[in-house]
Amino acid sequence: MMNNYKLWFKISVIACAFLIALIAGAFVILAVGGNVFETYWIIISMPFRNFRSLCEVFTRMIPLTIIALGICVSSRCGINNIGAEGQMYMGVVASCAVALHCEALPKFVAVPLCIIAGALAGAAYGFIPGFLKAKLEVSELLSTVMLNYAATQFFLFCIRVPLLDPNEKTGTPMSSRLPESAVLSKFFRGASLHQGIILALILVAVIYVLLFKTTWGYKMRAAGASERAANYGGIDVPFYLIIAMCISGACSGMAGAVELMGVQGRAMSGITSGYGFSGIVVALFAALHPIAVIPASFCFGILLYSQVNLQILTSVPPNLVETVQGIIILIIVSVQMVINNPYALEKFRKRFFTKKTGLTEV
Amino acid sequence: MENTEIRELKVRHITKRFPGVLASDDISLTVGRHEILALVGENGAGKTTLMNIIMGLYKQDSGKMFINGEEVNFKSPNDAFDAGIGMVHQQYMLVPNMTVLENIALGMKSCWKGTWVDLDSVRSKINEISEKYGLVTDPDAYIWQLSVGEQQRVELVKTLCLGAKFLILDEPTSALTPQETDELIILLKKMSSELSIIFISHKLNEVKALSHKVAILRHGRVVFEGNTADYSSKDIAEMMTGHKVNITENNEEQVNGTPALTVKNLCVKSDRGFYALDHFNLEVNAGEIVGLAGVSGNGQRELAEFLNGLRKCESGTYTFFGTSLANKTPGEIIASGMGYIPEERNVEGIVPSMTIKENLILKDSESSRFSSHKILKNKIIENYAEEMMSRFDIRSPHINFTAGSLSGGNIQKVILAREISRKPRFLVCVYPIRGLDMGAAEFIHRQLLELRTNGVGILLISEELEEIMNLSDRIAVIFKGKIQKVLKKNEANTKQLGILMAGVKDDE
Amino acid sequence: MELMINTLTLTARFTVALLIASMGEMFNQKSGIFNLGCEGIMSMGAFLGMLVPFLYGGAGTVPGYINAAGLIAGALCGALMGLLFGVVVISFRAPQGIAGIGLQMFGVGLAGTFFRSYIGGTQSITGINAKAIPVLSEIPVLGPILFTHNPVVYIAYLMVPVAWYIIFKTPWGLKIRAAGTYPKAADSLGINVNKIRYESLAVGGAMAGFAGAFLTLCQAKMFNAGIISGRGFIAVALVYFGQWHPVKIFLGALLFTFAQSLQTQIQIFVPQFGYYEFLTMLPYILVIAVLAFNRKSNKFGPAALGKPFNREQRV
Repeated sequence: MMNNYKLWFKISVIACAFLIALIAGAFVILAVGGNVFETYWIIISMPFRNFRSLCEVFTRMIPLTIIALGICVSSRCGINNIGAEGQMYMGVVASCAVALHCEALPKFVAVPLCIIAGALAGAAYGFIPGFLKAKLEVSELLSTVMLNYAATQFFLFCIRVPLLDPNEKTGTPMSSRLPESAVLSKFFRGASLHQGIILALILVAVIYVLLFKTTWGYKMRAAGASERAANYGGIDVPFYLIIAMCISGACSGMAGAVELMGVQGRAMSGITSGYGFSGIVVALFAALHPIAVIPASFCFGILLYSQVNLQILTSVPPNLVETVQGIIILIIVSVQMVINNPYALEKFRKRFFTKKTGLTEV
Repeated sequence: MENTEIRELKVRHITKRFPGVLASDDISLTVGRHEILALVGENGAGKTTLMNIIMGLYKQDSGKMFINGEEVNFKSPNDAFDAGIGMVHQQYMLVPNMTVLENIALGMKSCWKGTWVDLDSVRSKINEISEKYGLVTDPDAYIWQLSVGEQQRVELVKTLCLGAKFLILDEPTSALTPQETDELIILLKKMSSELSIIFISHKLNEVKALSHKVAILRHGRVVFEGNTADYSSKDIAEMMTGHKVNITENNEEQVNGTPALTVKNLCVKSDRGFYALDHFNLEVNAGEIVGLAGVSGNGQRELAEFLNGLRKCESGTYTFFGTSLANKTPGEIIASGMGYIPEERNVEGIVPSMTIKENLILKDSESSRFSSHKILKNKIIENYAEEMMSRFDIRSPHINFTAGSLSGGNIQKVILAREISRKPRFLVCVYPIRGLDMGAAEFIHRQLLELRTNGVGILLISEELEEIMNLSDRIAVIFKGKIQKVLKKNEANTKQLGILMAGVKDDE
Repeated sequence: MELMINTLTLTARFTVALLIASMGEMFNQKSGIFNLGCEGIMSMGAFLGMLVPFLYGGAGTVPGYINAAGLIAGALCGALMGLLFGVVVISFRAPQGIAGIGLQMFGVGLAGTFFRSYIGGTQSITGINAKAIPVLSEIPVLGPILFTHNPVVYIAYLMVPVAWYIIFKTPWGLKIRAAGTYPKAADSLGINVNKIRYESLAVGGAMAGFAGAFLTLCQAKMFNAGIISGRGFIAVALVYFGQWHPVKIFLGALLFTFAQSLQTQIQIFVPQFGYYEFLTMLPYILVIAVLAFNRKSNKFGPAALGKPFNREQRV
């Protein structure tokens, strides 16, 4: 009974936030001349129309989940990794380079090798901002963003020169098709879902254990929750910052590798399709909890998949999805502050949970 | 800006509630013309909250305020300034990267001329005030260049420039040396011929020296009001704490233990870049408590941080049971058996958003007791936490409550439980009972004495002379980063310590 | 030689968008708000700078007015987005870094959405064209570098001394500095810290929006969703680099644009150079390097940067 009003407070704040997000989205749809209900209906219902569509959602969940797990680690350690996009590009480059030399290897060797290559490249690229933050106090928000642009350019160079497909005649820079031994197989014929989802689920368990059951995770969380106290407690904060960024980068790199090997089959421009940023939203939406990342990335898988349907079925531009993600971030961060605000809670309690005494609230 | 004289300020039935805390509980007070009211009470008694309500910074939940019999309702400090009330906050409200002139101009709305600031008029106002009260300041100095004492003068000048006829001073002497304190008291006495003053303090000698009337706050309530002259310091102290002052004393014989901690010629820089410790020497033996007395800001914080690896030294040696620990990492120092109760328990001693259970293993997550192969042994940690909760009387519903939600006393007990149960060879305690109620303070003191009996050396850093005199085997006095003198327990008395703390050498 | 003159001429022109945006960001940061959403605001500004002349320009209108309207529309929209950000980070006290990323995605996404449905494909506008100033522009070397620009460029350069004056000499600047360094002190003097922060966000946002509109109207003469390409983030970084001082920020903007212009000119003058992606990368790496070797000095910086103000917060 004591905590009853706290629960109701949370529920009503979240409900309000959800409503605000829907209304804000509706305004954007109206402004571009779309039909609000139709648009929302397409976003929500299309994935469940048939099994193949659902598989499309699951396919998008894979990189989202993996990246969001990495973001969970870095954010829990107190460092904001905005650089998932760049780390993903690096993962694509590395695993593509390895994969193109794997023709002769059997699948069970080639696939892990490529994924590890992606993870290492991502980790190395995550190391840079981690190191800069830990040792030189460079704001990770800025360095990761800058590194995203640098990585994009590096990636474009790689697919234009060293990895370029020699048989490509159209002039679009892209790598050769990956050899069959380095491709993640699909579960069902005609549906896009591939083996990467196994990796994603394993990683959920791994990151959960890492964060909550190991001393490393404990120290990372302590460092993120209060740097001063962690320092006082003898925790080597800079070291764990760097490690957290490397893990986060490795996850993004793996997401890049999996996307390359399971979906695209070759490296080409735009392969990351914004997953790096969507992953941040997913992690926030999951309140930085690895298990909650699964449902959260399912929601965002639906949202990202809707880009395809919106383009085919409505006049609403698919960029809407990015806008909505921005709105969701702004609302989530606000909602968290309202929920943790004891004053708001107190007001709520007074308004709805005290017996009317005849006194009117001003 | 002329405002009428304040003949009487009256607050009636002021109540203010913060989430979880009743900071002011039905407070009524009156201050008359040219009167000095001393408002005393322990930390957290609600003194500052009340003053912030008077200044219009906080809004009271209920209650009224009257000036010269008329009800007033301050919505912001501007209204309070207009009525002629000014406040010098305990934490000086000066912007460090602006000059004295700019800081004062920030409050003087009359010098804002739309697109420019009339600094000349501010300057002449400062000069006028300076001459009238003999408060010398350099208007063009940046605040960060000034010493604490100088900053306080700037605060006073600022408040007077804004037209204050009624001064509120929140613990004005807490960062001053005894000499500076004396000067301030003389100045305030002089001022009281023209102004009314509310003076917040918990130093009773100052209250006796300065005030006409005294009001005592406890747990947000006024528990006593009367003429200062009618009561002794001891009476006031008793009413302040709510029961007879009953302090744990160290009556044990001094043992001649082996040297535990030795620092020689230590030089450590402060955050602002000057030497906070300047060729500092100190030795503490196993099984003794050495009290480090001094006005805060004389290098105590830097010493504690250095001893625990949180601050680097420029030169000097630091020997701990025979091994050198100078500029080692906190982890290495903890591993060699050092315990530390830090000054800022809420943000440094615990991770507020983590649970009590998790906080209890902050320093030991890697030990074989709580983890193996990097995997935490959850069951053992929980049992350990339950045990600590009962042994150290930590009052919380469950070990999985966040440590930040505990009261100050219970937070300190969590820290103490962690530090003591690690079986340290040495303990550095900084202001261990600051802001705690007497019960918790007594508990903590008893624990420290028990540790001492078990042969642990303790360095006790405190401002409270009584605490130091009661617990220490030896007392060292620190002033401007140097040890003034080290005294045996039976040689020391309050008066002599006060003189040493003020920087006067014994033999002078 | 021609490479150098061209580079410097481009530098003088291309600095403008960055300069205005980082001046705006400086106001934000001086008051204690870290606005990482600058990129999003610039995107919307750029879109409006395109939309207004695209919809209302054409036969029978005065191009000067229409273009000015485009710039103003960009600035107004920027101010609104600044205020929106204010609601999130000032009123709700949300963490500013992540909220900034949200604003960036929102702005870039919204600009892209509207662009697709109102303008559609690649369209170009006449925009505001460079005009050589007679006589002065004929001075060798300096003439083309300094005097062959459009009028907005000169206005932008005037912003540097104006911003300096506002920050250091006006009551508003005084309040901004106090709010960003020690909000409690400002509050104790009856200054409404949150109001000042809202104001600075509106002004900073307007400047970012204006910068975006400048980019489409005076520089690119067209719009696409990636037109800002990180300029907003660089503007934020430049404020750190310039240690919150308008003149140093100006120098930083020049240095950065110089690197960028040099890169484009090398591509034109040395086409056989096959590694142009690395040249494009250079300015971004430069920013990181500068941040790494230019450790922040706290003495003059806004100490309360990124910290929401809460009067009743008890420490």
